[in-house]
Amino acid sequence: MTVTNSTGAPLLEVRNLGVGLNTSRGPAQAVRGVSFSLRRGETLGLVGESGCGKSVTALALMGLLPDSAVVSGSIRLEGRELVGLSDVDYCKLRGNRISMIFQEPMTALNPMHTIGRQVAEPLRRHTGCSAAEARKETIALLDRVGLPDAAGRIDSYPHQFSGGQRQRVTIAMALACQPDVLIADEPTTALDVTIQGQILDLIADLVEERGMSMILISHDLGVIAENVQRMMVMYGGTVVESGETDAVFTRMGHPYTQGLFRARPRLGARKGTRLKTIAGTVPELADLPAGCTFADRCAIVETRCRAVLPSVVDVGAGHGVRCLRTDLSMTSAGGVGA
Amino acid sequence: MSAPLTAAAGGPVIVPGARPSTGFWRRAPRHRSFVLGAVLSVLVLGAALLSLVWTPWSAYDIDVAAKLQPPSAAHWLGTDVLGRDIVSLLLVGARATIMIGVIAVGIGLTCGVCLGLIASARKGWTEELIMRMSDFTFAFPAVLSAIMLAAVIGPGMLTSITAIGIFQIPTFVRVTRGSANAIWAREFVLAARAAGKGKFRITIEHVLPNILSVLIVQATIQFALAILAEAALSYLGLGTQPPQPSWGRMLNDAQTLLFQSPMLAVYPGVAIAIAVLGLNLLGDGLRDLLDPRLARER
Amino acid sequence: MSIFVLRRILTLVATLFAASLIIFLVLDALPGNAAQMLMGADVSPDAVRALTVKLGLDQPLVYRYLLWIKGMAVGDLGNSYVYGTPVAALIAERLVLTIPLAIMAMSITVVLALSAGIYTAANHNKLGDVGVMSLTQVGIALPNFWFAILLILLFSVKLQLLSAGGFAGWDDGIWPGVKSLLLPSISLAVVQAAILARVTRSAVLEVLREDFVRTARAKGLGKREVLWRHVLRNAMIPVMTVMGLQFANLLAGTIVIENVFYLPGLGRLIFQSIANRDLIVVRNCVMLLAAMVVIVNFVVDVLYAFIDPRIKVANL
Repeated sequence: MTVTNSTGAPLLEVRNLGVGLNTSRGPAQAVRGVSFSLRRGETLGLVGESGCGKSVTALALMGLLPDSAVVSGSIRLEGRELVGLSDVDYCKLRGNRISMIFQEPMTALNPMHTIGRQVAEPLRRHTGCSAAEARKETIALLDRVGLPDAAGRIDSYPHQFSGGQRQRVTIAMALACQPDVLIADEPTTALDVTIQGQILDLIADLVEERGMSMILISHDLGVIAENVQRMMVMYGGTVVESGETDAVFTRMGHPYTQGLFRARPRLGARKGTRLKTIAGTVPELADLPAGCTFADRCAIVETRCRAVLPSVVDVGAGHGVRCLRTDLSMTSAGGVGA
Repeated sequence: MSAPLTAAAGGPVIVPGARPSTGFWRRAPRHRSFVLGAVLSVLVLGAALLSLVWTPWSAYDIDVAAKLQPPSAAHWLGTDVLGRDIVSLLLVGARATIMIGVIAVGIGLTCGVCLGLIASARKGWTEELIMRMSDFTFAFPAVLSAIMLAAVIGPGMLTSITAIGIFQIPTFVRVTRGSANAIWAREFVLAARAAGKGKFRITIEHVLPNILSVLIVQATIQFALAILAEAALSYLGLGTQPPQPSWGRMLNDAQTLLFQSPMLAVYPGVAIAIAVLGLNLLGDGLRDLLDPRLARER
Repeated sequence: MSIFVLRRILTLVATLFAASLIIFLVLDALPGNAAQMLMGADVSPDAVRALTVKLGLDQPLVYRYLLWIKGMAVGDLGNSYVYGTPVAALIAERLVLTIPLAIMAMSITVVLALSAGIYTAANHNKLGDVGVMSLTQVGIALPNFWFAILLILLFSVKLQLLSAGGFAGWDDGIWPGVKSLLLPSISLAVVQAAILARVTRSAVLEVLREDFVRTARAKGLGKREVLWRHVLRNAMIPVMTVMGLQFANLLAGTIVIENVFYLPGLGRLIFQSIANRDLIVVRNCVMLLAAMVVIVNFVVDVLYAFIDPRIKVANL
């Protein structure tokens, strides 16, 4: 699902990305046929449940998959092909042109090093600045991410900070070298609800301020709705729907996306209202079916759905749905408020 | 999107009372360590059992005229300095090794597990005291204790067994208490306590069955260590006394004849190594098979 | 930090006291009349009585215990029941061999184990890993004294490069002494190294799985950099614990190895003293060994605080 825009070549272009992993149950195709592009300054959301391949996609972009993983397809960063790049060359890009922040702030930092040292590390590695310069820059960064008394606490250790504060530190670390692309993999899932909003706002501010592109991964539709311009819904290792966030929220095309929306608990619903679920379970990546991955759980499935993986159908400007029955699914869909 | 629609990805839940060996006998034959270990261990055990009914020659017959013979049809591995058949000595020696190992580990297991269970159930200063005492015992390796005992009651099998047995206790205490603590924190145990079940009954009915696999693995490993310790003690002359054959002492005897009959120093050592290697592999294999979640990267 | 160290020192002292108590009980209180044992069965009761008084064994147990403790503080450990010479001097002249032996063995162990452990963890599941791991599996099954005998077989009997036993002493310079301690320390080291290598490997693999390693890689650090800068310090904690525990085994091993190579060290002193029923020497030697183990573990404990900021900072 490539969206090329008239305003210049995309910064990041992914075509037909596939990732094969060795799981305990045998080889599994964790990701297949994922294609998208990202322009400078654009934000893209990746939504899906656990096991749908979103984190694997992110790790593929970063080149951080295990050695036994098989990556196919193409990832181009400003025209440069990343698939098959040597680790030495990839190291020059990570933390420098493309950065990632992870889900668990409590374990993301090395307990043996001060936060100052850890934030300065990418600076010293990629920009070759001196220790003193790095230290100054670190204090400025920590300040910018909202860590109180940055200068005083730069020599403290991770265990002396709360989860929210540690996540701020990892954000500072990721942004230290002014990367072009930031990938945020569920950055707020492990944090208290009250902090989640602050961190998301911080990320959004920083992204806009520095003109970065961002890929935000989440399982939470609410987070996606408020933070990204375009979104992709993943299921069973493929992108089943993608488009501008507003467009997708207004007119969901894929039965899975519709199911996701319906499954959200409603505030203010009458007592005794049953929670809606999508019947069935997510398929094991090692046992993916030949056709549409959602076939076993779909209400409008037909025999031809199971034959071969459906290709993407354009249902609107830049809005694509990987379904053979969009004629039916799009008429029955209702728009859902955020 | 809140409720996860997928089954929680995690290992098998320990069900109270369920045997940890579901599918064990299916998986076991394919596990290399386990098979090799089992084969070697059975070999040694078999040798010991065989010696109860038959040995090529008597291990006690001295025939100085036939001393230090090389391997032949009559004496498959030759004879030692007193003309005794090496193969017979090895077979009977296996008996001493296994017996001492079993008893010593038995002592360590019973005392250690009891103390560990008590420590875990009682907590507080009981636990503290037991753990301190067991840490303290770690400072006295089997050889050291055996030396002290030998100074007091003289050398012999009893000294060996006691010294090795006592040194086994702290390891079992530590392992038992660690695993038991994890079980006490599990929800089904909390439920049992809330229902009014006494600590003793919970220990017997819930805690013990669930730590059984860990204990089995540990016992196998401890057995290997006991064999090594026994060999060292016999070598030093503190353990099994003549004329009872023992692998360790055979090595001591062979050392004086290193220039004349070097092979005499090799056979008993190989026997010890096989026994210990077999038990180690068996223990590793059991660990992987009984609780795959604990399977370390090996 | 100081409170932390203080508490540890107090525990150390308490443990040493407890150790001395047990050793004294086992070796002095239980055996009955040491003088009787020294003289044998067919000696007149008067002669036994005379020896008992001469050795100070007629004094009450508590008094003798306290005398010993006081003596330890000033370096007077009493006199040998058999030779009459000061025990402290006897021990000192043996330590001149045992301590260097232990140090050499420990050094070889650490070097071998850490390199093997790190190498195999870095090359996880590749051929080098499997090969080295099989070697260590065999290594931990070897009795160290048998390995020593095999080394003697190879280097003394077949190759005639090194002597099969005996200690050259330090009087002619360092090298002859080290040469005679070479085979002994290697045989001690190899088995310990096998165990420690496995522990090191697991520890490093565990740490490699931690999230912060992924973070470090995401920052652009190469695999080697990550290993040296981020992983090792974390992995050292469990490794150090095991090293401390292994020290007790090392000392036990020196006793055995000294016997294999006829080295006049602490181990042989203990042995001869048992044979001679010279219980006072045995008692002091055992106490020394126990003290060394306890002190080494104390040092490891304190080292944790220096390595792990979570302990260091929490106790400031």
